Amino acid sequence: MEAFTRVTGIAAPLVRINIDTDQIIPTLFLGGTDAKGYGAHLFHGWRFLPDGRPNPEFVLNQPPFDRAQVLLADRNFGCGSSRERAPKALREFGFRAIVAPSYGGIFFNNCYRNGMVPVELPIEAVREIAAEVDANPAAQVTVDLEALKVISPSGKVYPFTAPTTLRGMLLAGVDEIELTLGKQSEIEGFREKDRARRPWAYLPSESDP
Amino acid sequence: MKTFFEKVWQDHVITSLGDADLLQVDRLVLHELSGSQAVRALAEANRKPMAKEQVFTVIEHLISTRPGRGPTESASKSGPIMIETTRRASIDWGFHFIDYNDPRQGIAHVVAPELGIAFPGATLVCCDSHTSTVGGVGALAWGIGASEAEHVLATQTLAQSRPKTMRVTFDGKLQPGVYAKDMILALIGQVGAQGGIGYAVEYAGEAVRALPIEGRLTLCNMAIEFQAKYGFVPPDEVTLEYLRGREFSPKGAAWDAAAAYWLSLATDPGASFDLEVRVDCNTLAPQVTWGTSPQQVTSIEGTVPRPAEAADEKALGYMRLEAGTPLAGLKVDVAYIGSCTNARLSDLRAAADVLRGRKVAPGVTAICVPGSTPVKAAAEAEGLDRVFIDAGFEWHESACGFCGHIGDNRFADLRVVSTTNRNFEGRQGPKTRTHLASPATVAASAVAGCIADARVLTLSPALPQGGGRNAFARRGSA
Ligand code: SF4
Repeated sequence: MEAFTRVTGIAAPLVRINIDTDQIIPTLFLGGTDAKGYGAHLFHGWRFLPDGRPNPEFVLNQPPFDRAQVLLADRNFGCGSSRERAPKALREFGFRAIVAPSYGGIFFNNCYRNGMVPVELPIEAVREIAAEVDANPAAQVTVDLEALKVISPSGKVYPFTAPTTLRGMLLAGVDEIELTLGKQSEIEGFREKDRARRPWAYLPSESDP
Repeated sequence: MKTFFEKVWQDHVITSLGDADLLQVDRLVLHELSGSQAVRALAEANRKPMAKEQVFTVIEHLISTRPGRGPTESASKSGPIMIETTRRASIDWGFHFIDYNDPRQGIAHVVAPELGIAFPGATLVCCDSHTSTVGGVGALAWGIGASEAEHVLATQTLAQSRPKTMRVTFDGKLQPGVYAKDMILALIGQVGAQGGIGYAVEYAGEAVRALPIEGRLTLCNMAIEFQAKYGFVPPDEVTLEYLRGREFSPKGAAWDAAAAYWLSLATDPGASFDLEVRVDCNTLAPQVTWGTSPQQVTSIEGTVPRPAEAADEKALGYMRLEAGTPLAGLKVDVAYIGSCTNARLSDLRAAADVLRGRKVAPGVTAICVPGSTPVKAAAEAEGLDRVFIDAGFEWHESACGFCGHIGDNRFADLRVVSTTNRNFEGRQGPKTRTHLASPATVAASAVAGCIADARVLTLSPALPQGGGRNAFARRGSA
């Protein structure tokens, strides 16, 4: 898994509520079984005009935000469909961090598994940072997962909290499956006891004789 | 004293990871949209499924609903490859596999309770945000991403942080013509589209206990629409009655043991929740959404409200609506009955009751996609397909169909009244304007050619039959 410690870069303001994963990447572009190829369709409906040309009104088409690594958003970002292509599309575009008051729960978990940190800050803080960016779009915002801080262009520091387990995983870039497989004996032990208690939860295999 | 949620969670904790627990996963359900990514990633990492007998695959997301469809037919360009990858891997790895032409096929969340794949107190996950649907039979079920699915395949476990608990008590009795869909839409209108963030939601109260399982599934289906990852109705006698004899339900003595265990999972009297919400059902009217978030909802007797925030204004622009317009009477182009929310047998019956002896209004495209092949077969055995077809509905094979836009542009730039669960921008097609409602409301609207109150048709025998438009003339502009 891709690790993340901190990023300092351009921050794009998209401070709207309820931006759902159908907007982040429409179902139409979920094609294929690949892990990649989604960044080109990020925010497709907003980013492109009906004829396929970039929509000049959309923030991510306006330099320097086309190089943004931090996304500023409002509450309930990433709500809706569980599609993991949503964080994948954001990551492929270049984002490493999102700063918003709250997130869709599945999306929140998916971010951590795709090298990107979803930072929770109150909307007032998001707006303050967005105001600084509005005044100076080229200014850099830092998101530091190790220090649990967001630093605005003017140097104002906003501490945040993150779930310990997910944070540890992302900082170290560990392979979560490997980590769990290390607990194999505990898992086996649990399954044995559980099977005695809830036998109906365990089915015979279809392909077994 | 414990809540249902606390009991089930505790039952599945293998070990604590600090702020998260490693949970045993009883059932993993895969489909071709995200399942294909998970199986491919697993194979590429040279790993194998840990408990194939606990994994189920259903072909349902991208497969065409066209009668006579082929094995990889799809409106999505990449549908065939995703269907084929998922099919191959599921067969090769020995998962329980339900293919497009299996008589048990259907939308995963409809199939899982029908077959007893979901059961009370089970942890069940699927790469789909509406997985909580099966909380309607008392499972603890939630949607996951493809990476998490890969983790479950490899370990049959998942690390999750424990949510807070919310109880939503639906008090009173539903009036005739008001359904579970109206209950859940009203709740979302009340608590907002973010009202459930961080919560596992138990539905309780007189109105919930009175609901048959199918209605409970509808309630649980839309938990994610107010951002609750988990929604459930703890098991009771209604649940047992529903599950008895299903294909994967325990049988004989094993059933008796399971049934006793399941009933013991009910929330103890006096157990406390982090948050309590109440909804009064006595005065509840059918609900219809007017915006692009399920919280933008009002009664069918209501009008489009004045925008309260910028997002409302944006929604009105997208929906091409003005504040003050009555919802009833708004002209529709498409009436859609389908999806994991509202396409089970009781939904089709409710719609058929409205449609019997009536015709879809000229200019309206009306489509019914049954939630599963067994639902379709049962409806056909009762002659419901004739009612739909005679009224002017298209009658399709079961799959996710037109609930989400996967490539078919039939609904582009049209106004749709739909039994689905999402009214997001573009959800059903480019510029498609979706109004969510119950099957009865959708059927009545199909007949009237505009959003219409089914109660006026079905509960007023004095009104002319088959004259939908006339029946609604008094409700204002069409
Ligand atoms: S019917 Fe719609 S909401 Fe349900 S699983 Fe299929 S696409 Fe998702």
